[in-house]
Amino acid sequence: MLNGTEDEDKWLAEGIAGIQHYAFFMHRALDSNNLREALKYSAQMLSELRTSKLPPHKYYELYMRTFDELKILESFFKDDSKHGVSVVDLYELVQHAGNVLPRLYLLCTVGSIYIKSKEAPAKEVLKDLGEMCRGVQHPIRGLFLRSYLAQISRDKLPDIGSEYEGDADTVMDAVEFVLQNFTEMNKLWVRMQQHQGPGRVTEKQEKERSELQDLVGKNLHVLSQIEGVDLEMYKETVLPRVLEQVVNCKDDLAQYYLMDCIIQVFPDEYHLQTLETLLSACPQLQPTVDVKTVLSRLMDRLSNYAASSADVLPEFLQVEAFSKLSNVIGKVIEAQVDMAAVGAITLHVSLLTFTLRVHPDRLDYVDQVLGSCVKKLSNIPKLEDRRAMKQVVALLSAPLEKYNDIVTALTLSNYPRVMDHLDIGTNKVMAMVIIQSIMKNYSCISTADKVEVLFELIKGLIKDIDGADVDELDEEDFKEEQNSVARLIHMLYNDEPEEMLKIICIVRKHTMAGGPKRLPFTVSSLVFSALQLVRQLQGLEGDIVGEDVPVTPKKIFQLLTQIIDSLSAVPSPELALRLYLQCAEAANDCDLEHVAYEFFTQAFVLYEEEIADSKAQVTAIHLIIGTLQRMNVFGVENRDTLTHKATGYSARLLKKADQCRAVYACSHLFWIDDQDGIKDGERVLLCLKRALRIANAAQQMANAARGSSGPVTLFVEILNKYIYFFEKGNQQITSSAIEGLIELINTETQSDSTNPDSISDAFLASTLRYIQFQKQKGGVVGEKFESIKL
Amino acid sequence: MNYLVGAFKPPCNIFISFADGRSRKQVPLKKENGKTVMAALFQSQENIVGEVVIEPIHGKKVEHNGVKIELLGQIELYFDRGNFYDFTSLVRELDVPGELYERKAYPFEFSTVEMPYESYNGVNVRLRYILKVTVSRNYVSNIVECQDFVVRNYTPPPSINNSIKMEVGIEDCLHIEFEYSKSKYHLKDVIVGKIYFLLVRIKLKNMELEIRRRESTGSGPNTYVETETLAKFELMDGAPVRGESIPIRLFLSPYELTPTYRNINNKFSVKYYLNLVLVDEEDRRYFKQQEFTMYRILET
Repeated sequence: MLNGTEDEDKWLAEGIAGIQHYAFFMHRALDSNNLREALKYSAQMLSELRTSKLPPHKYYELYMRTFDELKILESFFKDDSKHGVSVVDLYELVQHAGNVLPRLYLLCTVGSIYIKSKEAPAKEVLKDLGEMCRGVQHPIRGLFLRSYLAQISRDKLPDIGSEYEGDADTVMDAVEFVLQNFTEMNKLWVRMQQHQGPGRVTEKQEKERSELQDLVGKNLHVLSQIEGVDLEMYKETVLPRVLEQVVNCKDDLAQYYLMDCIIQVFPDEYHLQTLETLLSACPQLQPTVDVKTVLSRLMDRLSNYAASSADVLPEFLQVEAFSKLSNVIGKVIEAQVDMAAVGAITLHVSLLTFTLRVHPDRLDYVDQVLGSCVKKLSNIPKLEDRRAMKQVVALLSAPLEKYNDIVTALTLSNYPRVMDHLDIGTNKVMAMVIIQSIMKNYSCISTADKVEVLFELIKGLIKDIDGADVDELDEEDFKEEQNSVARLIHMLYNDEPEEMLKIICIVRKHTMAGGPKRLPFTVSSLVFSALQLVRQLQGLEGDIVGEDVPVTPKKIFQLLTQIIDSLSAVPSPELALRLYLQCAEAANDCDLEHVAYEFFTQAFVLYEEEIADSKAQVTAIHLIIGTLQRMNVFGVENRDTLTHKATGYSARLLKKADQCRAVYACSHLFWIDDQDGIKDGERVLLCLKRALRIANAAQQMANAARGSSGPVTLFVEILNKYIYFFEKGNQQITSSAIEGLIELINTETQSDSTNPDSISDAFLASTLRYIQFQKQKGGVVGEKFESIKL
Repeated sequence: MNYLVGAFKPPCNIFISFADGRSRKQVPLKKENGKTVMAALFQSQENIVGEVVIEPIHGKKVEHNGVKIELLGQIELYFDRGNFYDFTSLVRELDVPGELYERKAYPFEFSTVEMPYESYNGVNVRLRYILKVTVSRNYVSNIVECQDFVVRNYTPPPSINNSIKMEVGIEDCLHIEFEYSKSKYHLKDVIVGKIYFLLVRIKLKNMELEIRRRESTGSGPNTYVETETLAKFELMDGAPVRGESIPIRLFLSPYELTPTYRNINNKFSVKYYLNLVLVDEEDRRYFKQQEFTMYRILET
């Protein structure tokens, strides 16, 4: 390989040396106005171009050198005072050269002067040159020769407004000439491939060919520059002819390059008006051609064009750009049997992008694109290609980004069907994208139907899908996902209670399918969403009271019971307990005693049966006490039962300290600091005394076990409760009782066995300070406190 | 010494000149010794008028048995060296026997001479026209002086001039169809044509058109055939594919061609052929030879 390039360099150097050598003699002949010699040496110089040994880029170097020399020769030819031969004779004279390649280079050179002299119609000369150049059938040499022809004729085409335009020469001739040259060059270019024979297409050959592509493409560029090529001519002549060549050459590299070239060099407006013709070529291309890129670029250009001015939009509609594009994509996919799924999907993505940019108002188009994509996907047993997945995600994300509104996407009937074709992982990713889009835009999904569709879309997150590998799930990702779902539930909202209830039912239906791992995340959102509805109803209650109201808090509470009940499968008793308590509170607010009672019952059952952990018990009991304290809906009997239960539970906690704290907390159950709250001072005192007893017992146990008493914190805490109730006017709490307690604490603190504890000391000190403070405040409170002797 | 020299040298100089020598067209003529001289150009049926001047070497007298001038058309076959076939022989007596002392001029005229054949200088044969002046003498050899002139005959363009069109090939390998626009060309003509490739299964490298001249001399078992390639003109570079057509445009003026001569005086023929040669990458040559006719038109 290395030797190959070395040899090539050597040959190139030899070629250049040859050119310089003959060019030197040619210059000498030119200086002495010796036409015969000049022709002889120039032909010899051009013979260096007959080499077959060089790759295109090195051959190009040779070509450029001769090109420069030919320029000099041309200016000599032009001046007939120097050689005394008319241009017509010169045109014959150069054709005497025995070798075809030098002959034709010289002929082209003289031909350009011939046209300039206007002694013959430009069209005739051009035609002759184009025809004669067929003599070179070697691909590389032919391409360069014809590119030379294109180069020298460029400014001599009988274009409109050109000096070469005349009665005999019309722009049609110019177009005809360039088209002809293009066709021949393309044939040569394509032949480079065939020359190598099948099965031996190496990368190097491909590379060499692509080095030459611009020579061919140049012709299209020239065509686009011809003034006279207006839309009419482009439509009638130029495009059909070019496409014919493209299709017939049956070469994938050429087809790809040329299609792209057409798209890039001609104006957008032309493309739009000839869309049908242009597109009709696409399905006819070779199956290996990268049509998707071609079409994507076309659509890109068109959508940019559409974006450039609003005036052109009607044109798009007029030519039915969308349906044509959509049609051709279908056909291309059909024609290219081997096209990978990723290709087909990419095409759809492009079309979708086009649609979104050009017809943002036509959701039916968007849906149509998705629909045809589904059709394609359904033919593929299983989508495994990562890139294809990526494209599907892009396909699905595009409408979201465009409309910034999931609601729009939800109206697309094919949207979920596309999602069905994603694998589980990607499906989740997509679902996350959807949720994030909703979050970002604060889109509110307000109808049950949409919610139904939405949950259908994100079902990858909502439930386990068959075949999913559960072990592979990343815990953190999973949490993240489920949290998102939970957040999403809050975005579903409708002012109409009836609709809202429907939404809740749907969400429930879907979330219930989620299995034990997901429920803890979703249920609470759902419960709170439902509770919100309850509160909303409460607000309305004044207005609507009737038998046939479809949505009543009662119904919702029934639903809630079922929802929370589902947590038992998880099981997650702590969460369930909290939710029951929340519901109870809501029921309380709705004045539904039985319902509230039922919820409490459920909570207690859970406490008894499910919550075994002592710490959890402590938390739970405090929650129960707190909630129960706020209940005002219960009749005496129910309330007694519940408070009794609660106190009972408190006293049965494991640790003494916990018992103590729970018990003194229970005291609040009997003293609601409210206008018509229960104020049962006796039972309060009972609780506090009991707490004190437990505290004592705790102290003794500590003594016995460790030889030293624990801190006096519990006592101080109880003291605070005493002071609270004392202040609230509980007759059962007397100042002497407080004094006694303070006394007790002091004794305990001073006893030897007590470990000094700065926290409880400080606590005590500030408590005493508080009493002092209240005393000094004066008034009713001050008087009351005055009775406490410190 | 001088005497000796004088003995072998002819005692007089003879000059032959044409009456319209100055205005008459001169064309190059290759002599036997390889040198090219300019010679006067005639065509058939022309009057050949001129003057012979005999100038005795100073102070000598030339005795003679008469002076004559002959116009000879000769065909000389090289393998039969020394034998000339005179197909034309005209004689004019210029002087009766006598003596010459001083320069004397004799006008002569051959009117409407029939010269059906053109001067030709080939590989194995030469056709030439000469004016031969002979001063006959007794006992010593005659004094002879020759003057070449060239004859070219012009023909009107043929009324029928069909194209040459032919399809040839090697089965399943190469099929081509070629066409030359005419079968008869004048010397400054252009051969225009096309080669159409119907089937190409071999890797061609290039294609040439050759102009070949076939000169056959003698007859029967003594026929000598000599073929020369006068032109090699590359028509195509590289390998064409099926359906490709390659143009031919070959200007004949740069080449030294003569009209086609058929059976000149039963002595020789000169024919022209177009040979289309296709060369493949292994340098194998495939060719098809096709006779065409050359003729001469009057140049204006």
